[in-house]
Amino acid sequence: MNKPGEFYQRDREWHPPAYTKDYKTSVARSPQYSLISLQNSVSEITGPVFGHNDVDPLDADLIYNYAQPGESAIGERIILHGRVLDENGRPVPNTLVEMWQANAGGRYRHKKDTYLAPIDPNFGGCGRTITDQDGYYYFRTVKPGAYPWRNWVNSWRPAHIHMSIFGSGFAQRLITQCYFEGDPLIPKCPIVNTIPDPNAIEQLVAALDMNSTIPLDTIAYKFDIILRGRRSTLFENRLEGN
Amino acid sequence: MPQELNYLKETPSQTAGPYVHIGLAPGAAGFDIYTRELGWDITGPNAKGERIRIEGVVIDGTGSPIKDVLLEAWQANADGVYAHPEDEGDVEDGFRGWGRVITDFETGEWAFDTVKPGRTRARSVGQQAPHINLWVVARGINVGLNTRIYFEDEVEANAEDPVLNVIEWERRRATLLAKRSERDGQIIYRFDIKLQGEDETVFFDV
Repeated sequence: MNKPGEFYQRDREWHPPAYTKDYKTSVARSPQYSLISLQNSVSEITGPVFGHNDVDPLDADLIYNYAQPGESAIGERIILHGRVLDENGRPVPNTLVEMWQANAGGRYRHKKDTYLAPIDPNFGGCGRTITDQDGYYYFRTVKPGAYPWRNWVNSWRPAHIHMSIFGSGFAQRLITQCYFEGDPLIPKCPIVNTIPDPNAIEQLVAALDMNSTIPLDTIAYKFDIILRGRRSTLFENRLEGN
Repeated sequence: MPQELNYLKETPSQTAGPYVHIGLAPGAAGFDIYTRELGWDITGPNAKGERIRIEGVVIDGTGSPIKDVLLEAWQANADGVYAHPEDEGDVEDGFRGWGRVITDFETGEWAFDTVKPGRTRARSVGQQAPHINLWVVARGINVGLNTRIYFEDEVEANAEDPVLNVIEWERRRATLLAKRSERDGQIIYRFDIKLQGEDETVFFDV
């Protein structure tokens, strides 16, 4: 039995740092002291377990999951799909993937969003699903619109979908944002640019996937998600064992 | 050139943004969509142990409470067992050990009801003191912040906790101790989180 062990160290130079002054809200919300490094204990290796009973299949279909009977959301119909893998390339099965987004006009269904673009009465804006045995997930939704935000005088977020993923241990917990291939707002965005490495930014851009479209129905984008890999216990005579 | 290692890179984090509630707590965003929102019940109805409530605020570097935070808790049951196949032992039926809460839009206060966790095995030898693992995301936080809630009345266990003892500065350890009180017969632990500045909460790279 190959017992999975601790997670690989997170590459903090690949992720955005806490303090990123062009994204103004980070200035007062970034710790000044260094993080204290912890080797994983049982508290980090374990994490919540979800099952198919926790979600409804309709939860993954944002075109219909908040629509009135006979209605559907307005916008560019897309399938967003991909695999959740770890850094070793192994699929992460049975893990909860949650997402949320604005509607086709860039308006969020949230009592704090006052943007003048209208709410779509048939669009809620959130979805969730559990990956299958091979780590696959898929959602059906409408492509979100860009929207303005108060950072600089004239700041616009690129079209994006927020993604939340659990993995098999609490140390794998991740929230990120999925962008869309070819969007000219991506390189202008101070939130995108909190990430220092251009190759890391590319990892957040979903690719147009013509092979997965449904002709005359729905276009498709592919977005794979990579979670931290884990050491295998190659030797039993470790200096410190759990 | 040596062989390539061919590890994949972890997907980089991005902020959860101000509308995190839409995805993770849509009822709070102002609409009911799911038949069951996840994360409201950490322990289930059958949990053994001392019933407690943990509450606090998250304070930014200007001293102001943040009103758009989402926090997730991950804890063992009263026997010190996590509801996960990689831990040894069983938990009560319905005990998940995970929950999520958001801060009040007006006051920034958050709270969750749970049971006090038991001691869990340490990475090498001995045991960890009772603690709840906490993950904090919000607008302006680029990568979710990991911290731990310990309990001020667990003096002996805290003194031998391997994680608290990794923190070189005793004054900083105190930022992880929740303060116990009683209100209307209920046991309350207060745990305020300071993101930045004086008495900044200890955050971990796990």
